Amino acid sequence: MSQDWHALGEAGLRFFGKMTASISHEIKNALSIINESAGLLEDLTVLAEKGMALDPMRIKSHAGKIMKQIKRADGIVKGMNRFAHSVDEREKSVDLYDMAEFIVVLSSRHASMKGIGLATLRPDRPVTVRMNPFLLEHALWVCLDFAMDRAGKGQNLRLEIDEDEKRAMVRFKGLRAFERPEEAPLSGEGERALMNVLEADIEVSEERGEMVLSLPSVHSRPRNR
Amino acid sequence: MRVLLVDDEEELVTTLAERLSLRGIDVDWTTDGEGALRLARRNLYDVAVLDVKIPRISGLKLKSELAKICPAMKFIFVTGHGSEDDFRAGTAEAGAGYYLVKPVGIDVLIQKMHEVLRGKEEE
Repeated sequence: MSQDWHALGEAGLRFFGKMTASISHEIKNALSIINESAGLLEDLTVLAEKGMALDPMRIKSHAGKIMKQIKRADGIVKGMNRFAHSVDEREKSVDLYDMAEFIVVLSSRHASMKGIGLATLRPDRPVTVRMNPFLLEHALWVCLDFAMDRAGKGQNLRLEIDEDEKRAMVRFKGLRAFERPEEAPLSGEGERALMNVLEADIEVSEERGEMVLSLPSVHSRPRNR
Repeated sequence: MRVLLVDDEEELVTTLAERLSLRGIDVDWTTDGEGALRLARRNLYDVAVLDVKIPRISGLKLKSELAKICPAMKFIFVTGHGSEDDFRAGTAEAGAGYYLVKPVGIDVLIQKMHEVLRGKEEE
């Protein structure tokens, strides 16, 4: 088990690093737009000082761009803060849709770079799991990253949440057929340890073009291990 | 000087284009690699300013595709990433002085454009 935790810790740190790098890139982009918009307002002011007529609508439009980017950056920082605090508790009740949606938002830049559209469908009733929130985020990311690679450029991936009596499930829909049958989502020791600790299972169905991450629901009893 | 700007952040690229235009620079912009290749087939650009990470194609790969269409075109890379790996890859391709980290000052960018063009004239 200690070997599991060691591998899990290394994989968890890699995941944390990847997410924070992506978040910092997003903040940089928002700051860059603010920088250019503020610079343009300064340019227009300098031109006005030289006698050029100032168009109030142009000023308003660029001030609006700045406000929009400040709101965007604020949203990104709130997400980062939530992500950072996900390591605070070892176990808590988590709404699976809410968590899946959060990971989709955190992964939006990765998806955009890969040309993939992401959507999360809200279940009819809330589906709750009780586990370590950071490990759950990591597991969802591992699955989403795999699913994005298998969806292919320009495709859409849909995440659907449901549950039966014992298991809560996240279905990643929109995968294309594997090019090599040996391709599997859990290639690393850390990822396998992660699924083991969460008591999670992954099932891939090429026929249905989906991958299912199943987790113990709050209704289930602990499995015999 | 005719410049091609490529960045997936539309508000960034349009505002930067507006600022360069105010300084008398002829600018076209696009938010993706396909658009950049289309524009390069239609127009002759002296300099392309490329984000290192754009959807579906890396800036470095886009550079090699654009260079096939327009061998005389010069390149400046900009990035939101400041990692050592990115910096090494970017500087290896573009030269240390032509790899800028966002947010980029407009005067620094224009200075770099003139520098790459001077290099072009000296070739």
